[in-house]
Amino acid sequence: MPYTEKQILEWLDGVKDPEIPVLSLVDLGVITGIDIKEESVVIEMTPTFVGCPALDMMKSDVLTVLKEKGVKHAEVEINFKKSWSSDKITEKGRRALKQFGLAPPPAGKVLLEDLDILEHVPCPRCSSTNTELKNPFGPTLCRSIHYCNECREAFEQFKPV
Amino acid sequence: MNNVALKELLYKMADDQLILGHRNSEWTGMGPLLEEDIAFSSMAQDKIGQSHALYQLLHQLGEQEPDTVAFTRNANQFHNCVLVELPNGEYDFSLIRHFLYDTAEALRFDMLTRSSYKPLAELAVKIRAELRYHTLHANTWVKQLGSATEESISRLQHALEQALPYALGIFEPSPHEQELITRGIFEGEHVLQEKWIIQVELVVNQTQLSLPDQKQIKPVYGGRMGKHSEHLQPLLDEMSEVFRIDPTAEW
Repeated sequence: MPYTEKQILEWLDGVKDPEIPVLSLVDLGVITGIDIKEESVVIEMTPTFVGCPALDMMKSDVLTVLKEKGVKHAEVEINFKKSWSSDKITEKGRRALKQFGLAPPPAGKVLLEDLDILEHVPCPRCSSTNTELKNPFGPTLCRSIHYCNECREAFEQFKPV
Repeated sequence: MNNVALKELLYKMADDQLILGHRNSEWTGMGPLLEEDIAFSSMAQDKIGQSHALYQLLHQLGEQEPDTVAFTRNANQFHNCVLVELPNGEYDFSLIRHFLYDTAEALRFDMLTRSSYKPLAELAVKIRAELRYHTLHANTWVKQLGSATEESISRLQHALEQALPYALGIFEPSPHEQELITRGIFEGEHVLQEKWIIQVELVVNQTQLSLPDQKQIKPVYGGRMGKHSEHLQPLLDEMSEVFRIDPTAEW
């Protein structure tokens, strides 16, 4: 077999979220399947949000990288078989988000029963929980807006879904 | 097996999401607060994205491409309920419509996570999670403004009375209702409506608003069969204006 799954995952680790250039698609958790048959590779992907406008760009970035690595026949299939939720972001991904200045979503499954869960999100700069939710909707579908009372500055969180 | 019943279900859901998504987008730059401007714009993007995914399922069943379906049909070929096509009016009406519609939609997609049609069940899991933000948003504002000042309460009360006959039109039964139920695709509009009224009451009872008795109200039906108000065609004309200039353009 010319390619291994491990090798392909390493290549895809180089493909970043177009809006969060420190976070790879692998760490974001949107790569849901890799099917290798001899010279051909089919990547299964799922969007973070159904209406995510970055999806086409991610798809074409994946194809470009596979082509650069010499994969003869590559395809990307978008489906919802394993639908994305924020607990799919890896530990490495969470750290990258925080460094980038975006509060990572809480680890583990989130049951969004009340907007209170979005209150007191730790500030990505000073880690204080003396923060307030300003808006559950933000500049992109996957971000909410918060304010840190310690830094006296706004910040965004990658929303728990 | 033919898919007439399934397609009809998918079309009405997709059309609802597309048309309300467009109406929500009309708040962009016009919201009463920056926060609400962003909220309605963001929900618009979610809904239009969700309609695209539903049109994509239809495309897999042999219907035309999503863009063609969204931008080239006339009003009488749309299956959305009349509620979603009504003009935004003032913020009170938009908020009440958002509350009544999204409560139904969240329950509908919750029911569809158990659909025997697997691609729809899988998509429903995803959409259900996204809609949590929409219903929480609506509930928060209805509870707040429904118990705030005399003006906010009377405005919401008026909007509620105005919107309710249209909201009941969400549940206009399909001629294929029984087939969908028998095949396990969808538990049906009647079951949905019963769940909906419980949820609506739960929120309204936490405010100073009073919910008119739905049994005394005549629902506005017709949307599901392509009979629309005079407001839909102008919306479609505006929405498809750019597309129609050059339908073959690459974006």
